[in-house]
Amino acid sequence: MTAAARIIINEIKGYHRFLKFMIALVVLGALASLVRFVFGLGATTNLNDTYPWGLWISFDVVTAVPLAAGAFTLGAIVHCFHIKKLEPLVRPAIVTGFLGYSLVCVGLLLDLGQPQRGWHTMVYWNVHSPMFEVSMCVMAYTTVLFLEFLSPVCEKLGYHLPLRVLRWLEMPLVIAAASISTLHQSSLGTFFLIAVDKLHNLWYNPLLPLQFWMSAIFTGISIIILEATMVHRYLGQPDESELLEVLARILPWILGAYLLVKFAALAFLTHGPLFDRPGLLVLFVVEVAAGVILPMLMFMKAAHREDSRMQLRGASLVIFGLVLNRFNVSMFGMEQADQLIYYPSVTESLVTIGIIAGHILFFVLLAKYFPIFEHHPETVDYSIPDHCHAVDEHEQAKGAEA
Amino acid sequence: MSTATTDVSKHRTFLIDTTKCTGCRGCQVACKQWNQLKAEQTIFFSGEGYQNPPQMSEHTFTRIKFKDYQKNGQNEFAFYKEMCMHCNEPACASVCPVGAFVKSPEGPVIYNAGRCIGCRFCMVACPFGVPKYEWSKAFPLVKKCTGCYSRVKEGLQPACATACPTAISYGGRTEMIQEAERRLKNRPQRYFQAIYGREEAGGTSILYLTHQPLDELGFKKVTKRPLPSYTWQALRLVPGIFLTMGGGLSLLSWFNHRKERIKREEAFISSKAQPETTEPETKEDRQ
Repeated sequence: MTAAARIIINEIKGYHRFLKFMIALVVLGALASLVRFVFGLGATTNLNDTYPWGLWISFDVVTAVPLAAGAFTLGAIVHCFHIKKLEPLVRPAIVTGFLGYSLVCVGLLLDLGQPQRGWHTMVYWNVHSPMFEVSMCVMAYTTVLFLEFLSPVCEKLGYHLPLRVLRWLEMPLVIAAASISTLHQSSLGTFFLIAVDKLHNLWYNPLLPLQFWMSAIFTGISIIILEATMVHRYLGQPDESELLEVLARILPWILGAYLLVKFAALAFLTHGPLFDRPGLLVLFVVEVAAGVILPMLMFMKAAHREDSRMQLRGASLVIFGLVLNRFNVSMFGMEQADQLIYYPSVTESLVTIGIIAGHILFFVLLAKYFPIFEHHPETVDYSIPDHCHAVDEHEQAKGAEA
Repeated sequence: MSTATTDVSKHRTFLIDTTKCTGCRGCQVACKQWNQLKAEQTIFFSGEGYQNPPQMSEHTFTRIKFKDYQKNGQNEFAFYKEMCMHCNEPACASVCPVGAFVKSPEGPVIYNAGRCIGCRFCMVACPFGVPKYEWSKAFPLVKKCTGCYSRVKEGLQPACATACPTAISYGGRTEMIQEAERRLKNRPQRYFQAIYGREEAGGTSILYLTHQPLDELGFKKVTKRPLPSYTWQALRLVPGIFLTMGGGLSLLSWFNHRKERIKREEAFISSKAQPETTEPETKEDRQ
């Protein structure tokens, strides 16, 4: 056997080992969630009356939603702001978004006490509830993402008529995606406005919804950078770092604006002590310094923006900062000084790990079997196949003439 | 959710005079009996004095908290009946996505278990930490003091108020506030000069009188503003933001696409100007 063949075989073996590992994690997560339905939330999670929300809300919902924000951000950048050259990045972003939101729904249903009544939100409206707002938006947006995701599926299967309908719907869907996302990304911040005297002043201020929305945008962009770089490295897809440079140029502006809003809110809109809890202060400083200021300074230098490795590092920092921010708001900042500290149980963690593994697994498989990366809009055949041969004779006659 | 138009003054209200409470816990027993709540296995001593059970739970809607303190060199007890505060504008009702909590016109904040999806937002929102969850069940619901709505609706008093020999008065809210003020004025040395619940969380249907400062007894310091207003100030903008965002992006894309359209048309016109150079190419494209 030649050395080249051996390398290829090793690569394939590695790929299969990776798939098996991911499948194992997903199965473990599924089993753990089954345990929740048999023994109840109290037995399987570390939640209690003091900490009614734990890892499943903090990560699977509050963090996963902004992590899936790439689809609407890029959709708006490419189609509304008309930066057409970024088009090759759109499809992977939509797939990530669709998977992300589907798994948010899964996580949410596991966390509900009565998941079989999930449809109640559609029937018994309470417009004063941020949770109502978010659940309606998540349902609507998952539908939008599903429709956008249908394009590669129809291309793969050669369904021409739906393809034409979907292409006609493209712009309305992009605009709907951006508007719906604006609403629920910010409303996730509104959740915590009710936690007056509970959420620490470092995070509690009336501009929290605005901050949640802005951070969703820069996280969406960073996720696209991370995903495109990883896919280039490990799935052998083309190097898009030239396109990513455009995104890296947008990032520092949004990070800067976010920083301004955050500090303005901190300076003028908070009531009560800010520096009374050293632990929380450290978390806050890490979140802002490592997750916002550092990547902002990095991406302000052209040399860093062009370097693929620095792109990845900056994007990872932003994502780390966002995850920490969402945990600070929904978990750490809510813990009171005199109470026991919540930490997730093994079952809770297994479910969340399973959800993350499921996301990666499905993404890899979809990328393999559907036209997600080799997408060139101009090459797609949108014509309706002529099963009745209505034009055939005419065309043939023309062809004969020629 | 209650609206600004509902008349708060007639809401049935508890006036709990903790200086008169003897700590007999008849209210705890009456509550368990009327609501048919299970007993809990507990261990003495779970708090100061004879405080038991350690906290409210799915099986315990009300309980007496004990507080040890010294007066004139003597050990004394203070008692404080913990229960749902039945806020005038309840946070639980405003955050519930399916509207399972309602402030009834009689006063009690009531819970419609048939609607609840079990998201626990009410527990996060409640400033007093009242709603509790059935953690032991696979498909849990929320549990909290009902204000004995079934009794109040029929003109009876709540079970705990009926059982209490000394400390609880029950009546219209204005009437109870007047009574509380009268007591504060008549015996200023007996009372700490405050009515807990008059303004807390925008006003509640439970009013407390105490001998000691409120924070020493373990009363939570709570904002005076009705809690639903905190989220509503952001949520009320939702339709406007949706329309602005949708409209703005539509306009933006229309303009951006228009530029491209015009460019294409111009290219088409200029291509017509020189037909001999472009036509062969387009023919080739077709084939």
